[in-house]
Amino acid sequence: MASKVIRAFYDDDDVLMHAVKKVKAAKHHIEEVYCPFPVHGLDKAMGLAPTRIAITSFLYGLTGLTVSIVMMNFIMIKDWPQDIGGKPSFSYIANMPAFVPVMFEMTVFFAAHLMVITFYLRSRLWPFKKAENPDLRSTDDHFIMEIEVHGDAADLTALLRETGAVEINTVEK
Amino acid sequence: MYTFSNKLKIGSLILMALGLLGMGIGFVSAPSTVDEAKAMVAAAHDDGHGGGHGEAAAAASHEPAAHADEAHEADHDVHLLHQLQNRPWAAVYIAAFFFFMLSLGTLAFYAVQRASQAGWSPLLFRVMEAITAYLVPGGIIVFVILVLSVLHMNHLFVWMDPETVAHDELLQGKAGYLNPVFFLVRAAIFLGGWIGYREISRRLSLAQDASDDNSNFKKNFKWSAAFLVFYLISESMMSWDWIMSVDPHWFSTLFGWYVFASMFVSGITTIAMVTIYLKSKGYLPDVNNSHIHDLAKFMFGISIFWTYLWFSQFMLIWYADIPEEVTYFVTRIEGFKLPFFTLLVMNFIFPLLVLMNSDYKRVNWFVVMTGIVVLLGHYLDVYMMITPATVGDQWYIGIPEIGGILFFAGAFLFWVFRALTKAPLQPARNPFIEESRQFHY
Repeated sequence: MASKVIRAFYDDDDVLMHAVKKVKAAKHHIEEVYCPFPVHGLDKAMGLAPTRIAITSFLYGLTGLTVSIVMMNFIMIKDWPQDIGGKPSFSYIANMPAFVPVMFEMTVFFAAHLMVITFYLRSRLWPFKKAENPDLRSTDDHFIMEIEVHGDAADLTALLRETGAVEINTVEK
Repeated sequence: MYTFSNKLKIGSLILMALGLLGMGIGFVSAPSTVDEAKAMVAAAHDDGHGGGHGEAAAAASHEPAAHADEAHEADHDVHLLHQLQNRPWAAVYIAAFFFFMLSLGTLAFYAVQRASQAGWSPLLFRVMEAITAYLVPGGIIVFVILVLSVLHMNHLFVWMDPETVAHDELLQGKAGYLNPVFFLVRAAIFLGGWIGYREISRRLSLAQDASDDNSNFKKNFKWSAAFLVFYLISESMMSWDWIMSVDPHWFSTLFGWYVFASMFVSGITTIAMVTIYLKSKGYLPDVNNSHIHDLAKFMFGISIFWTYLWFSQFMLIWYADIPEEVTYFVTRIEGFKLPFFTLLVMNFIFPLLVLMNSDYKRVNWFVVMTGIVVLLGHYLDVYMMITPATVGDQWYIGIPEIGGILFFAGAFLFWVFRALTKAPLQPARNPFIEESRQFHY
């Protein structure tokens, strides 16, 4: 069975934020909000679960740190022992200061790149993917709130009109 | 208006009394003759002060190679006496400088907020202004210690001793800059500039509340921007003068930045802790956890910045391994292994792991706990800047050091909270006050 959704268009992020709060307060389920730019605090207002990407980032950082330690140990100490800074100790720990920049860079590299990849996978984004936003204006100067309709659509429309929506469409999905 | 609670007032006075006692014990138990010094060391280690000649510690000071053995031995004993006599002085100086530095770091942070016209922080201005009030007594105490050093009451700064300079070509070369008179003149200029800005900015800040336009606010902006220029130059020179010159042969070009990072993070930590304390007593009702979050972000960020500078200094010297540079770290790693590595854990690894999570930065007790560790860590940092060159291998963190911390902690608390009572805790007419009140993240 096709579900019915209402799309409300806003042209200001402050108005949108207040509208989201009002719609939430009226116990309607907001399916999605499409924005031309990230709106600060929108996720909290919509009641979205907090992101867990920070945790993955920390784990990726630890992975990068480990990789750098193992890598530098293999390259500089085991495989082809190097005399670092005129101190031929051939021990990882005694040469550790020389490896700190590499450890730092690899931590950042792993955390950053794997975090971006995770984000793409989680958001189901890939090159040449067809855009999911219902209206092109959401990439320009409009914000679109998509709400599932249960029960009286007229009530909801009136509420949205009151919150300052500039356009309201009802769509069968 | 804040009222200074009796409990806190008595607490700070008790701290000062205990501290005075501790420092007094330090001065009384310091040896006054070479024989006493030798006896003390012999009593401390059963085998006497044999071998090694404390080379690492002595390397920083005068060791002319041409001395006959006997003269060298006598020199060494005098050096030992000076080290033991230095210990209570160093304990006082380190604690005095540390608490002064909290105030100065806060002043820098305050000036940055003023110059950048930050919108989130005006609610905290009165807290910052109260902390910087300690600049006056703290600065005077540090200056007095420097004057006493110039008057040869102690041997913290070996380059002040004309006898030492006479045998030391490097010090003769530096004498144009590193001489007692110019040293004190510079100290007076630095302190005058910092205290002057603090007083002007405070006055304008209070005047802004009473006036009906923003002219005081604009003047404050201009003074703050000018102060930052003066501060960055004078702070760097201060760090060479007051700290780096205890090792007069050694130099590091980023030492000023390194000391700055230390004072900046300690100052921000102090702001956070005083704010949380005031909030816990029901003051500052408009300060929300987003403000605490911002302060904790600064604590986190500047802790990493401090580590970056610490490591930049360490790595270049370690890598190049040039004797006259590397002696600084050899002394510290060989003679001070525990504090040297502990301070890295306290100032880097601990705040890094504890304050990484965004939510934890909003939890007051988390911020306070981290703050205590960070402050102790930066005390240890200052300790490690001063002690190896002045007390050397006779170091120990005991009654004189703890006494110094207690005394200056008491004085700091007393002065800061007394200053808090003098003006309303919330600026009334700062143009950004509404933005600060609405600050949410």
